Amino acid sequence: MSEKQELAPELKEGLKAEFDKDWRKELRKAIPAKERMKIPRQKMPEREPEVRNRDFKEVNLGLEAEAARREAQRCLDCANPSCVTGCPVAIDIPTFVKLIEKGEFVASLRTIKETNSLPAICGRVCPQETQCEVVCNLKKATGAPVAIGNLERFVSDVEYREGKVFVPAIPPSTGKRVAIIGAGPAGLTVAGELAKKGHKVTIFEALHIAGGVLVYGIPEFRLPKSILKAEVDYLEKLGVELKMSFVVGKAATIDDLRKDGYDAFFIGTGAGLPNFMRIPGENLIGVYSANEYLTRVNLMRAYDFPAYDTPVFRGKRVAVIGGGNVAMDSVRTAKRLGADLAAIIYRRSRHEMPAREEEVKHAEEEGIEFHFLTTPIRYIGDNDNKVKAMECLRMELGEPDSSGRRRPVPVEGSEFMTEVDMVVVAIGQSPNPLMAQTTPDLKVGKWGNLEVDWKTMATSIPGVYAGGDIVRGGATVILAMGDGRLAAQEIDKYLKDGQR
Amino acid sequence: MAKILRRERLVPNIHLLEVEAPEVARKCQPGQFVIVMPDEKGERIPLTIADWDESRGSVTSVVMIVGTSTQKLSLLKAGDEIPVYVGPLGRPSEIKNFGTVLCAGGCFGIAAIYPMARALKRSGNRVITLLDVKANYLLYWEDRLKNVSDEIHISARDSAFDCRDYIPKKVQALLEKKKKLDRVIAIGCTYLMYSCAEATRPSGVKTIVSLNPIMVDGTGMCGACRLTDGGKTKFACVDGPDFDGHTVDWQELFSRRKAYFEDEIKSLCEWEKDRFA
Repeated sequence: MSEKQELAPELKEGLKAEFDKDWRKELRKAIPAKERMKIPRQKMPEREPEVRNRDFKEVNLGLEAEAARREAQRCLDCANPSCVTGCPVAIDIPTFVKLIEKGEFVASLRTIKETNSLPAICGRVCPQETQCEVVCNLKKATGAPVAIGNLERFVSDVEYREGKVFVPAIPPSTGKRVAIIGAGPAGLTVAGELAKKGHKVTIFEALHIAGGVLVYGIPEFRLPKSILKAEVDYLEKLGVELKMSFVVGKAATIDDLRKDGYDAFFIGTGAGLPNFMRIPGENLIGVYSANEYLTRVNLMRAYDFPAYDTPVFRGKRVAVIGGGNVAMDSVRTAKRLGADLAAIIYRRSRHEMPAREEEVKHAEEEGIEFHFLTTPIRYIGDNDNKVKAMECLRMELGEPDSSGRRRPVPVEGSEFMTEVDMVVVAIGQSPNPLMAQTTPDLKVGKWGNLEVDWKTMATSIPGVYAGGDIVRGGATVILAMGDGRLAAQEIDKYLKDGQR
Repeated sequence: MAKILRRERLVPNIHLLEVEAPEVARKCQPGQFVIVMPDEKGERIPLTIADWDESRGSVTSVVMIVGTSTQKLSLLKAGDEIPVYVGPLGRPSEIKNFGTVLCAGGCFGIAAIYPMARALKRSGNRVITLLDVKANYLLYWEDRLKNVSDEIHISARDSAFDCRDYIPKKVQALLEKKKKLDRVIAIGCTYLMYSCAEATRPSGVKTIVSLNPIMVDGTGMCGACRLTDGGKTKFACVDGPDFDGHTVDWQELFSRRKAYFEDEIKSLCEWEKDRFA
């Protein structure tokens, strides 16, 4: 799962220069590596499962300062920090961790922000266990890597709590204007990076709150909206303009925006098209796409109905189809909205589930049931066309498929029926087709994804770049941000060189 | 945020809403819609675009009061701001010279059919307009529609008009009398559109309906508005809102429209209690 990358020579030099600084040498000497390895991984404080599964407040509470410094002491400050190679945006992890050990939390956060504009989000939703932490040398030595994600979250929370947001100096305006389409993780990243380089950036967002999947998809209990808002506010402080409720492709095409004076474009419209299984009964009342279910609850705050006007079903026996993070978010949401039974129905086994370990663990603690090697084949409705049952089929694992995971094969004659009053289909999303439909020269791959040159994130149209799920299909927040970072560098070059 | 330029009562349960939305006005075409959120706690609901004025930068919709969101919209004043007014969404209607076209509208659909009738007239069609009202005091925009129609008919269940039929009978009568209708377009409540489609089904005259299932984002992201058309699942917001009335699964649409009936009543009662009690 981890994509270990080769670091650029100048990046390696930068890491080495930091590594050789006196304060780092002193810190390394202060506690011998042997002692550091004896310190246990500091546990992230969490709210009790039986309390938290009834409300939408955040599950993880964040490390206390003392625990964070203790955790930072575990880091061996390796000469060749493999953690950096596991990070899609190559954060200088050793420097920010060692600054925590030193107690310099503000400086630590600045180090992260040099490469990552959205640390409070990444510290919460990145799958560190398959990225930076999986390649941590301490993991090889002791089995428990440095809790890099928890530490990233810690320093960003310190800033958030204290309300003293550091805004870097912005260079004089270049006079160039960039239009960013979609205010999700990719677009927000590009916006931050280009604003810091002195370009005038406008983000166009179809919905009424910025964040993309961070606002409509990821629930409050995993990423509080206030945290997201603080990150978006930070971008506005950098001079980024947000145009909400504006659908590029409908209210204006890329050509229209070019005429309006935009010099370059970034498309980060995400994987907004929900996939269905195309089985009988999928349009019954009470069968939701995960996108609809989560949008109602998160974006429209249906959990607070009727104080908010948007309703959502509060199923008592809820089946969530799928094994990814979106499925976990959906099933845990259903539990919080009063389900007696909230169950994951997944066609492969636990081992193949794409969800993060932490999400699965949290779900289990909260009383979520897991039914592996099972798939629905049809839904049955009552007289009002409301779902009342589903028929399932047992599966077994066959040969590995193209994804390397063992292919689920139906077990003949294993059909069985079970009562449900709500179903959430969380089997993935496809790229949003709107931009491709309304921008004729945009080259599209066979899954509806935009085709880009992976070295530059450039699309088939000069000056138009793309990244995140619109290019990758359903991937992760941090990969979208990695794309955004690369695209921002290339857009900056493009703007400096004039038309290439 | 979008500014309300004008809100006025047309008939007892129907209001006109003109909103400052230059970007929508610049691009919109007949058949498209906007998604509106009346306040920060409101729902996102679709409204068909009834008219627009590019020079004024404004877009007009007509709202029939049925639930909390439409109640809230009906109380807005010029100068008020609403948090969401996004569009133009959906595919534009197919407009070309078909020959003779019957434009049938009821309730809010009387306004929604107007830009279609106008565009069809401009494209050289013979436009027959048929408006359905329960009673004469619910009729509006008759003059505006007369201006873009070759003939205008009214179906009503009210003694003030000589006609006492619901719209499908009138459609049937026109079919028999005219012999040649090349296309029927129907906009209004689901039942009106269904009835018109059933009326033309035996003769096979192509009947386009502008469907209005429950929507949330309106840009193809959530799938709330899905329906079955010709055996395939479609999203009304991006594949429509226009569909062939003879291939749509009406029973499914009816049931999905009613999915939140109880919640809608609860929401309206709570809101009225908060506001007026």
